[in-house]
Formats: sequence, structure tokens, C-alpha cells
Amino acid sequence: MKSILIKNGQVIDPARGVNGRYDVAVTNGSITAIGQNLEPGDNHKVIDAAGKIVTPGFIDLHCHLRQPGAEQKETIYSGTRAAARGGFTAVCAMPNTDPAIDDRLSADFIKHTATTEGAVRVLPVGCITRGRRGERLAELGELAEAGVIGFSDDGSSVPSARLLKQAMEYARGLDLPVLEHCEEAGLAEGGQINEGIIATRLGLAGIPAAAEEMIIARDIALASLTGARLHLCHVSTRGGVAIIRQAKAKGVRVTAEVTPHHLTLTEERCLNYDTAAKVNPPLRTPDDVTALIDGINDGTINAIATDHAPHTDNDKCCEFALAPFGISGLETAFGSLMGLVAEGRVELNRIIECLTAAPAGIIGPGHGVTGSLTPGDPADIVILDTAMEWTVDTSQFASRGKNTPLAGEKLTGKVIMTIFGGDIIFRDTE
Amino acid sequence: MTEATAPLETKSWHRRHILDVDDMSPEEFETIFRTADAMKDVLARPIRKVPALRGQMVVNMFYENSTRTRASFEIAAKNLSADVLNMTASASSVTKGESLTDTIRTLEALGANIIVMRHQLSGAPYLAARHSHAAIVNGGDGWHAHPTQALLDLYTIRERKGTFKGLRAVIVGDIRHSRVAHSNIWGMTRLGMQVTLCAPPTLLPYGLEKAGGMMPEVAVETDLDRAIQGADVVMTLRLQRERQQSGLLPSVGEYIRRYQVNETRLKKAATDALLMHPGPVNEDIELAASAAGGTASTIDRQVENGVAVRMAVLYLISGRQSEL
Repeated sequence: MKSILIKNGQVIDPARGVNGRYDVAVTNGSITAIGQNLEPGDNHKVIDAAGKIVTPGFIDLHCHLRQPGAEQKETIYSGTRAAARGGFTAVCAMPNTDPAIDDRLSADFIKHTATTEGAVRVLPVGCITRGRRGERLAELGELAEAGVIGFSDDGSSVPSARLLKQAMEYARGLDLPVLEHCEEAGLAEGGQINEGIIATRLGLAGIPAAAEEMIIARDIALASLTGARLHLCHVSTRGGVAIIRQAKAKGVRVTAEVTPHHLTLTEERCLNYDTAAKVNPPLRTPDDVTALIDGINDGTINAIATDHAPHTDNDKCCEFALAPFGISGLETAFGSLMGLVAEGRVELNRIIECLTAAPAGIIGPGHGVTGSLTPGDPADIVILDTAMEWTVDTSQFASRGKNTPLAGEKLTGKVIMTIFGGDIIFRDTE
Repeated sequence: MTEATAPLETKSWHRRHILDVDDMSPEEFETIFRTADAMKDVLARPIRKVPALRGQMVVNMFYENSTRTRASFEIAAKNLSADVLNMTASASSVTKGESLTDTIRTLEALGANIIVMRHQLSGAPYLAARHSHAAIVNGGDGWHAHPTQALLDLYTIRERKGTFKGLRAVIVGDIRHSRVAHSNIWGMTRLGMQVTLCAPPTLLPYGLEKAGGMMPEVAVETDLDRAIQGADVVMTLRLQRERQQSGLLPSVGEYIRRYQVNETRLKKAATDALLMHPGPVNEDIELAASAAGGTASTIDRQVENGVAVRMAVLYLISGRQSEL
């Protein structure tokens, strides 16, 4: 169904400052009109969205689709369907696959598989260094030509400041951002959870907040030096937010993302050695969570990204220290974020902005995402019910990864329909 | 059972696993201690054996080297007439695809009723307990907990001092990486003792100053000569040589100068202070040999009490309380 008229919904489109009751008309896969009392054409399917929120489809700046190399955890097929269930119509796929996405051939593989098997738009991220080994630059120009939206060795920082400086200089010439995972490897080595009292209680090695903060500081200094666009992935610490805030005030070209789990959960989730809560960067303290929320509210943190990291049950059902890091986050992102809205900590409009206009702005033009409902845009739309209560049932996940600390929890706020290019690709049937 | 120790009121014992002492009530501690009293009577008999666990299989599954703890559990189980299976496993078996849960299921299929588990990774016994029909006894996991060591330490304090309330203990050494210290912190404070931790800052646990109820309130002191003043219990911990290699200490020599418990320092403790060590002792490193062999030392007594305490633990969780 490429032609749809969505009636009576509360349309929130932060990119254009729209927040009100409007109808949205989609014709042949594109947005054609937003207005009041629109009449359906002959071929329009009418959807009554009264009492619901209508927004641009969400854009995830940071997820792991695991293909190629770990298809038992996720594939582009399953991951994009998980995205659709979470309201995402575009996902940026991190390149820490096997092989890593470090040349044109591998980037083309992602794009081709996404086109033939994916349910939503997949935007590949290319490696900064070959094989993510942190030794030599990857084929950055070739990757840019293949359409990557930026470069990242996600999973680890580029260890050498000199090499990262060179990567930034090169990326600047390509007008693409460098997306950094911020963790000083030596300081974090062997760490399992946030360094602090919970780690002490559990007898686990900790990852100090300083491991993140010192790389954020280093990278900002290099971005300032090179003029490159720097995007900081999954910021998790109060100190990190403070450094970014200071850098932005000085005009450094830096943006940042935070995950739903770092905004809503704390390190206490790891008590009882719950490997579902083992994530990198680790869940931090309530004080860090408050700082991250402040960062969202004052614009220091630009976007919310899932860092969707699916693993099999087998991967996670083991000793805490042996379990891989990661939470399967695409399908619970909106519901968990709505808790912040219910508590009055973040406005709904700001949450939507962080999931739509902000990531689109970071990705930039030329990749087919606008994060807006502007007439002429592809009809990537999500319809939300902010009052719907639901229980996280991982058996219903489209993702192969059922690894979430939210399993069995009640959330309020659900994606009830996702439309991609005018096609309804997910409809909640509960 | 001898008349002197009967009757044991253990009907209220409902705990299936012994994973740590952090959630034990004072009443549960006392039940274990009183049961250990009874076991000591058994150990005083010419034939140190009772049929309490006859027909039950106790598996000692040790993923990490241990002499004392394993031997102690083995003797304890045999004294209770259990069938005992000793197994050593290595972390490499995990990389070969054999998971801990696989191993637990196999042991259950082989008839294990109680699995005593030593593991180099914190939390491993909790994973085992979640997947096990057998009772799990934590024989020491990573840096986390060593509940039976704490129980035998506490039992020894009780035996010597008659009470816990108001006693002041100083625990000296690598507290950050010590499962013995962690369990003793919980046990001692739960029973009314005051605890001071003393170590170089690099060997102290993180976050104690903002524990927020996650750990008991303890005092922290980096100067041993101050910490030991008037202490009723001085507990020293084994110093792993790798702590120097990993940069946590400038040198073993400096550690000895600043943190070794010796007779001179021991004189600053209470006149009737107990000197404890979980063993094995690095003589003349964390503990001067002369002090280890002195009158304050309870080291041998701890080992001896370990058998009785472990018999008590196995007995209580076996569900055979009426059969002693």
C-alpha cells in the first residue's frame, strides 16, 4: 500500500517545528500533504490515528546487524524487522562484523543484502582502520564512494592518537564524520561493569568512567585540531557530558549520542550477575544517568541511538566475565524512553527529535533520510501509542537477540505502526 | 550425637544453596555454628564418622587450584558418609565448548546431590545455582565470596572470644581481590563486629565511601600501625605476587615494610588479640613467621574448624537434619 491517508493523529515533526493535530497524506510512497481535514483519494487507505502520535520514522545511528560473520546472532533480514517493530525506518550498521566493513566490496555486500532482504533502510558505517585493528587506515575513499555514512572502529577506540588524527584529516576531505567508541583500552582492560561499589560487591573488575572521558577529551582535541566532524558514540558518564558541553561552547564540530539503556538503567541491574545487563560502555550510576538526561535536555547530547547488540541465549548464559557485552535494544527503545517522559524528565518532543531530526542531521544529506515529514520526502512514518501498556515478551522479538534486561517488564508507550516508503511494514496486533 | 550438643533446632533451615554470607541472618549464622559444635563432637570421637549423608553424592568441582579447601570439603563429606567425587576442570574446557551449565547438568545426571564449586570467575556459583537441582556450595568464586572460609573464621572467633558484639577486627592486605575479606566483611558486621580495612590504596575496594547500603559500613585505613591499635582480631590476607607485576605495588619489600603483620605491630593490638590468616601463608611477606607461630595465631585452629563448619554446612543443606 503506497498511498495512505493518516487521519487525526498528533503529528510531531521536530525538524519543522510541527506539533499538532494534522492528517498526513502519502501518495505512491512519498509524503504529499500535511494539513487538516484532508480528503482521501480513490486509492488511499485511510488510517485513523486519533489519540495517537504520528512522527517521522526513527533513525538509529548505531546498531549491530551481525551480518556477515555472526548470523546466528542477527542478520540484516531479522535486524531490520526488529527495527521496524521498534519504529525505525533507517538503521546505521556498525562495521564490526566478520569480515569488518573496511572496503568497497564489504560495504556493497551490506547494501545489496539490505536491498534484497532488509525491511528498512540500512546505512553502512565503514571502518576507520583495516580490520578494526587500529594499525592502518581502511579504504576510506572507497568506502565513501560506496555510500557509508561515516567511519568507526566501534567496539574499540582507535588506540593511536596520531592515526586517529590522520583518519580525521582524511574523513574531513570526504565530508564524513568519524564515529568514535570512547574507551581507553588499558584503563578498561578486563573490566566487566562500571567501576564502583556494585563491582566491589560482585567481585568484578570495573571499567572506570575516566576510561571514557579521557578518550572523549582526546578526540575532541583532535577534532578541534583537524576540523573534522566527530560523533561520539554511546556516551555514558557525567564527565563525558561535561567535556562535550565545553567543546560545543567552543565551536568544535562534535555531536554525541546516548542509548536508551544508559538513560534509563543503572549499574544495579547487574546485581545477581545478570548478564543481560552487561553492556559496553557499562551501565553507570544514577548520577551519570541524571547528567545524560540533562545533556539530552540542553542539547549537549544530540541523538538517541540503540547500540542494538544482539547475542544468542547461549552467548549470555554463562559466567558474567565470559558473557559478551550488549543489549538487544531496537524493539524496546521507544517504550523504555517513554518512562522518562512519564516521569517528566524529558519532553516527548525532544525524545522524538533525538530519534528523527537529530540523527538525520548527523548523517547529512545524500543518504535518503531526512528525519522529517516534509512533502516530497519518502513516506517513512511511525505511529505511536503513548498510553499503551505492554509487557516485554522476548519470544515476540523479531531480532534473533533476546538479550535484554527488560524481559518481562511492563512498559507504557508502544510503536503500533511503522511505514517505510509508503508500505506498512509493521502493525501492532496486540 | 552426644547429649552435650543435642538437640539441634535446625528445622527452620530452608536455605538450599550456600553462595555467600551476605544475606544470612544472625540466626542462620548461629544455626551453623551450633551445628558445627555438634560436628566437633563427632570429630572428637574415636570413629569420626556419622551416617548423615549416606547415599548422597557430594561433588567437589574445582575450576581453580586448591589444596586446603578441597581437602577440607572432602574430609567433611566423608565424615558424613557421603560418596565423594573430586573433579578438576579448567577454564579451557569452556573454550572447548563445554559450558558450566552443561557440566552442572552432567553432574546431576550422574547423581550429584551437593556440588561444591570453586571457580576463578566471580558469580559462577550463582549461575550454577540457577541451573541446578543439586545444592550448590560456593567454595570460593573469583574476587567475590568465600562463604565457608568466613564461616570458619567467624566460628573460630566465636570459639575464642565467646561473642562477636563490640569486637574490632582489622583486615590487612589485598582486600580488593580477596573473596575471603569480602565474605568476612559481611559476616563480621552482620554479627556486630566493627571492621577496619587496611591496605595500600591500590588494594582497597572501590566505592566504599559511597556504599549506599550495597556494602556494610567499614572503616578504611592505609596506615597499619594506626589500624591495628587495640584490634581484637587481626586478619592478614595472602599477597599474590602478581600484584607487584601488575603495578599495584612498587615492590614486595615496600609492602613488607608497610603492611607486614609482625610481633612488634601485633603488640599494638589488644593483649588477647587473635591473629588469623586463611592460608597458605607467605611467611615473612604478609605475615612474619614468628607471629604466625605465636600464641595469638589461630591459623591451625581455623583449618581444624574448617572441617566441622563444612560438615555443618553440608549437613544443613542436605535435608537430612534428622539423621545425624
